[in-house]
Amino acid sequence: MSEAGEHTASVASSDHEHEAPKYMLIWLYLFILTVAEVGVALLDVLPKWVIVVSLLAMAVWKAVLVAMYYMHLKFEPSRLRLVAVAPLPAVAIMIIVIMMEYVL
Amino acid sequence: MAHAATAARPPERGLDVYTQKVGMWVFLCSEVMFFAGLIGSYVVLRFGASSSWAEPNEVLNVTVTAINTFILICSSVTMVKAFAAAEAGDQKGIKTYLLATTALGALFLGVQVYEYYELIFHQSWAGSHGFTPQAGLYGATFFTMTGFHGFHVLLGVICLGWATIRAYQGHWGADNTHGLEVLGLYWHFVDLVWIILFTIVYLI
Repeated sequence: MSEAGEHTASVASSDHEHEAPKYMLIWLYLFILTVAEVGVALLDVLPKWVIVVSLLAMAVWKAVLVAMYYMHLKFEPSRLRLVAVAPLPAVAIMIIVIMMEYVL
Repeated sequence: MAHAATAARPPERGLDVYTQKVGMWVFLCSEVMFFAGLIGSYVVLRFGASSSWAEPNEVLNVTVTAINTFILICSSVTMVKAFAAAEAGDQKGIKTYLLATTALGALFLGVQVYEYYELIFHQSWAGSHGFTPQAGLYGATFFTMTGFHGFHVLLGVICLGWATIRAYQGHWGADNTHGLEVLGLYWHFVDLVWIILFTIVYLI
């Protein structure tokens, strides 16, 4: 168990030694995106669809930053990334089917 | 003969990731489906009844909630710093950052309770006194989604409190990081869901 712990620490620490400073950079990106989102949302001059699309894009961007860097997905084996994104097609199907109930 | 064939087969390679982390990720996948059901229903209900929905800042306080969103993002930073400190064996860092994460999570909850109080007692909507879960579809969906998210935050804060107590007992270190990492994954997920919820519920 200590060997596994050492292995994890050495692999992870080598990942984190050059990666650790990026945590604050990602925080800065998240802060800027949050301010931008609030600014866009309260702008009345843009068409509604432009506001909605840009807000969703920024939200997804922030979510991806958190998932890739804070949840460490960028540095995990690709099999674990596959597990993490596995529910997304199911989510898309569920939302499309709910919409079809109302629209059709 | 069958036993010999089984013994000769090499063990399954698996995900090259320790079991607890895989378990937490699979749990988070189920949470994705849970929140997707809530958010998907909200989107469909709203676009089917857009005339009885408020514009941003009309009922909900976008500024206070934006600050609250930032508080939760900061707590994600302190959580990841706590884990980095654990990997480096920095006991002081573990305690400081875990305490900060717990405090920021509790602050988020406090602000949300304040927000609920203001909405229920000092905000009117569609002629009714008070914006409550009974205030039409808008109120029902708002309180359901933010309420469930707040419940997840509460569970996270309780676990973080426990992890902080364990940190002061010297439990975490370079040879014992798995528990912190798994807790961190849950906390970052709670932050991630709030990022989506804040955008869809408050800003759109």
